[in-house]
Amino acid sequence: MAELIGLIVAFPLVGFLLIGLGGRRLGSEVRIGALASAAVGASFAVGVWLLVELLGRPAESRTLVLRLYPWITAGDFTAELAWRFDQLSALFVLIVTGVGFLIHVYAIGYMHGDRSFARFFAYLNLFIFMMLNLVLGDNLLVTFLGWEGVGLASYLLIGFWWDQQFEGVRIRWTGEAAMKAFVVNRIGDFGMLVAMFLLVLYAGTLRYDEIAGAVMAGTVIPPHIITLIALGLFLGCTGKSAQIPLAVWLPDAMAGPTPVSALIHAATMVTSGIFLISRMNVLFAASPDAMAVVAAVGIATAFFAATIGLVQTDIKKVLAYSTVSQLGYMFTALGVGAFTAGVFHVMTHAFFKALLFLGAGSVIHALHHEQNIERMGGLARYMPRTHWTFLVAALAIAGIFPLSGFFSKDEILWNAFIYGGPWLWAIGVVAAFCTAFYMFRLYFLVFHNSERFDHHHQPHESPAVMTIPFVVLAVLSAVGGFLGIPEALGGAAIPNVLEHWLEPIFAPGVAMLHRGSMHASHTLEYVLMGISLVIALAGIGLARAFYYRESTRPAALAERFRRVYRLLWHKYFLDEVYYALVVDPIYILSVRVLWRITDVGIVDGAVNGIARVVGDIGERVRRLQTGYAQSYAVLMMAGILVVVWYLASHTGGK
Amino acid sequence: MNLHAVPFEWYLILAAVLFTIGAVGVVTRRNAIVVFMAIEMMLNSVNLVFISAAQFLGDINGQLFVLFVMAVAAGEAAIGLAIVLALFRNKRTVYVDEVNVLKW
Amino acid sequence: MNEWLSASPLLVVSLAAVVALLVDALNPHSERVTYRFSLMALAIALIAAIATIPFRGVAFSSMLRTGGAPAVLDCVFAIGGILTILAARPYIAARNFEHDEFYTLVLYSTSGMMLIAHAQHLLILFIGIEVMSLSFYVLAGYFRQTISSVESALKYFLLGAFATGFFVFGIALVYSATGSLDFGGISNAITSQSLVLPSLLPIGIALIIVGLGFKVAVFPFHQWAPDVYDGAPTVVTGFMSTAGKAAALGAFIPLVLDIVPFKEQSIQTVLALSAAGTIIIGNVAAVVQRRIKRMLAYSSVAHAGYMLIGLAAANHRGLSAVIFYAAAYLFMQIGAFVVLAILERDVERSVELDDCAGLATQHPALAAAMALFMFSLAGIPPMAGFFGKYYLFTAAIEAGYTWLAIIGVLGSMVSVYYYIGVVVQMYFKEATAAPPTVDPTSVKRFPLVVSAVAVIVLGIVPSVLESLLSSFWK
Repeated sequence: MAELIGLIVAFPLVGFLLIGLGGRRLGSEVRIGALASAAVGASFAVGVWLLVELLGRPAESRTLVLRLYPWITAGDFTAELAWRFDQLSALFVLIVTGVGFLIHVYAIGYMHGDRSFARFFAYLNLFIFMMLNLVLGDNLLVTFLGWEGVGLASYLLIGFWWDQQFEGVRIRWTGEAAMKAFVVNRIGDFGMLVAMFLLVLYAGTLRYDEIAGAVMAGTVIPPHIITLIALGLFLGCTGKSAQIPLAVWLPDAMAGPTPVSALIHAATMVTSGIFLISRMNVLFAASPDAMAVVAAVGIATAFFAATIGLVQTDIKKVLAYSTVSQLGYMFTALGVGAFTAGVFHVMTHAFFKALLFLGAGSVIHALHHEQNIERMGGLARYMPRTHWTFLVAALAIAGIFPLSGFFSKDEILWNAFIYGGPWLWAIGVVAAFCTAFYMFRLYFLVFHNSERFDHHHQPHESPAVMTIPFVVLAVLSAVGGFLGIPEALGGAAIPNVLEHWLEPIFAPGVAMLHRGSMHASHTLEYVLMGISLVIALAGIGLARAFYYRESTRPAALAERFRRVYRLLWHKYFLDEVYYALVVDPIYILSVRVLWRITDVGIVDGAVNGIARVVGDIGERVRRLQTGYAQSYAVLMMAGILVVVWYLASHTGGK
Repeated sequence: MNLHAVPFEWYLILAAVLFTIGAVGVVTRRNAIVVFMAIEMMLNSVNLVFISAAQFLGDINGQLFVLFVMAVAAGEAAIGLAIVLALFRNKRTVYVDEVNVLKW
Repeated sequence: MNEWLSASPLLVVSLAAVVALLVDALNPHSERVTYRFSLMALAIALIAAIATIPFRGVAFSSMLRTGGAPAVLDCVFAIGGILTILAARPYIAARNFEHDEFYTLVLYSTSGMMLIAHAQHLLILFIGIEVMSLSFYVLAGYFRQTISSVESALKYFLLGAFATGFFVFGIALVYSATGSLDFGGISNAITSQSLVLPSLLPIGIALIIVGLGFKVAVFPFHQWAPDVYDGAPTVVTGFMSTAGKAAALGAFIPLVLDIVPFKEQSIQTVLALSAAGTIIIGNVAAVVQRRIKRMLAYSSVAHAGYMLIGLAAANHRGLSAVIFYAAAYLFMQIGAFVVLAILERDVERSVELDDCAGLATQHPALAAAMALFMFSLAGIPPMAGFFGKYYLFTAAIEAGYTWLAIIGVLGSMVSVYYYIGVVVQMYFKEATAAPPTVDPTSVKRFPLVVSAVAVIVLGIVPSVLESLLSSFWK
């Protein structure tokens, strides 16, 4: 049975190789697109098959492991190339391949006529292959392979239209945005590497089950090292999942084609941070400090990104900040120990955010690459299917009962309240208000209000190959929440399917947290639910009042709170602050004090920063290479004297 | 004069002096041929160490080594002169400091 | 095993070199014969080397070590020689400069490398280094009508001979101090504290380290490398910077194993500091290069630094890692240089970064191969280069040199920038000028395919080679 896992991984790889090597020789666009989609669809089918197999087993033996061969052996330490299909990876595999399949289909329409059509699909399949390695890995090394691989695929895809103009802080074209994403992610990877080294050093293993065992044994890894490992891993997560302080790359990543934004930068890759922490829940649970950091970073990101989303005018950037903010919610959930809630939100978010992005893509497509929402409006008339499905997704993300977002978000807020405290909950609710507001501001400005677009081209509904995925995703966004109905609503009659399913994965982690069984009253839960529902409706209502028709109110408000508006418009000047506080001073400093280079690595802008600094030093170093043989001989002699002096003066040894 | 009357250290000191003269010659002279002669001088000072050490230790290996060093020096001379010749054909110079197309 | 048999790889190549020279002398313009003969000799040597791996021992009155690590290094040299000869033929033929001494010189340098790897005696080590270096001096200046090639040869020769002076002086001092020239005797003298003139020993060891360090091109003895690698014919550079380096590193291994017990820490410290300097200098200087060949020349310095980490660690894992990395580096670097050789239009003008623009659309296979080599050189998993670095860095951490591993990681992060730069040019930029004309006859697929496959295979099953290597130290 476990051999089938190999198939899941193999299909996209074969697709990538076929399309990548065959290219245009494979035939028409439809053929290439169909091949790529079929590869992902086949993986999905095998995933479902295995899921059915797991369902037929008792809860404690729902794990399939396929070990190919030992990949690295060094002394006692072995890391195998092995994949693990269990409750957690099953869920992620289905999300990745399922949503991925729909987006592949959609991309056939979206990329129609592109010069590099085949290359695009080759990259998409490569991405799926790497993502599957990430979530199926039986040890951290295989996951890391996928982790790096999705970074590479993401880099290739953001820069797919390499030399397009793109507006960002000190970024002028898409290629630079790709580079920024790449470098920021490498900073995160550095944390991952440190964590992996520490794990090998202390636990002697990278296998997830053995790491969990070592942590639970309690004595193998000292507590402060556990915290260090957890923080290292979390640094990696902040990079991949765009959390503060490494969040800055994601909005710029919107330079890529829209299906990419939907697939990689909303539904799958950015959730790998949540996956990793869920996978390592025991390790994180063993370090209260690390958990607190995760929760704090998560809620801060959720709040700041949501407020930035209020004023953006680029349709994809609004969605990008929304993604960052929703990811913040997920990390908050993980940080307070509500692992199931975090994973639940990953799932529902994948549905509705993919749908939002695809809808945005459809709009952009219809308006001939117009992305500014101030030059849209009234599109409901022209694009009925896009409009209705987009509305479903917007209601879902705003958290309106009984759509999926309501259940998952509420689960997070409830857990934040009882395990994190009222403050955490309150910030979350404010962010939820912002979410409802910016999402419906977007909705009204695009689909209602007056028609402000260029009337040279009549907007048109997208072809069926694009709109069919909308419908599927809309249905999922609507009903996806029923998998995790809270006990307070469902009672004994409707079980929380997801929680039962994931229980064996998270039970050790939750046990690690040493919580007594907390039984808060259902009344309290109802009240909180009611409050967040009212807040969401208020956000929608306010958005309607401002943006349903043309009105001077938004402008007046922006004028009134000019400073706040500017602050949000410039994203809290985060990019500028990074440049002003870190990159530029270090650049200036480095010209005088060469050895300051290593510090730049912490923050954004490191792309240009490091490159400039290293380049500067490089210029100096190369001047040492005078080209005169005898000046080389002089340096050699100096070196010889130092070595001889050192060895001669340190006689006696140890 | 009896060879044993001269202590080994003196040979070493002489060799070190010769070696240093050679090494300084390498970095200061412009003419590639002279630079090369300075290198030969370094090798010869090494030969002196080997021979005197062999004598001092009463061991034959050091003297054997000298033969190999001399053979290698001959090989180096052949190749070195060929390279200098090729340089002169291309650039009409044998000055080392005039050869720096490759730099930075 | 019979000592003649167990030293057979070395004997085959040395004999073949002599025969090839004779054939050449008696029968000028016998390029095709020499070409085939050299390939055959190296192939036989490769098979012999693989066969002798299990038979570890010493031969010829303890002058040579046989089997084990030296045999694995023999394989590396033989493969390097084969790939170089295969890639070189169309390259030099296209420039109307095919002479049979090219192949003979490759044979001679290979035999020199094998001598170095097998040396158990300072005399053998010395002869091996000289045979290899003298051949390299000539190979570097092979295009004798091109100024950059001649300059490269001159610099290599003058500085190499200069370093040789220090190296033999070191041997002479070690001999004076211990009264012995073979590694066993020296090691015995050191451990039994029966030194004749103890004060000379550290100076002698220092000078030997310097001499070998020069051949590996580590800081501060690295400065010849960028110029020489830059000026030499491209296929030769690929060979010198990989197999030549591997040989000199191989010479360090008995040194570390036998002589390090004497004043362990200080030798390790010297190697570690040198490794750090080499990594920093090589990577930083490579960032600003526009010409790919010179960029690879500087980065070659950096790679020597990575490998030195394994020697500084001086533990078994480190020594295995050095050989593993040398093998991986051989494939990825030679592969990259073969691509460069194909792209080069004429001898005088080297390939610039911009020349690669749009290569992916014009020559997808070539671009894909180059991208693969670049990723591997940058140490991106799951290519061979990643595992090489992984083994080296873990060895350093095990030996307590965590700071060195961190410098290594930072260095490879910098290297990602310039290696990926090439990929970016190939895949994301439109061709600006005339596309690089690739003469189809000049493309020898075989060396490229072999290198690419090896880079991938070593990345997928690194443990096969690694576990073989680690079995040698028991």
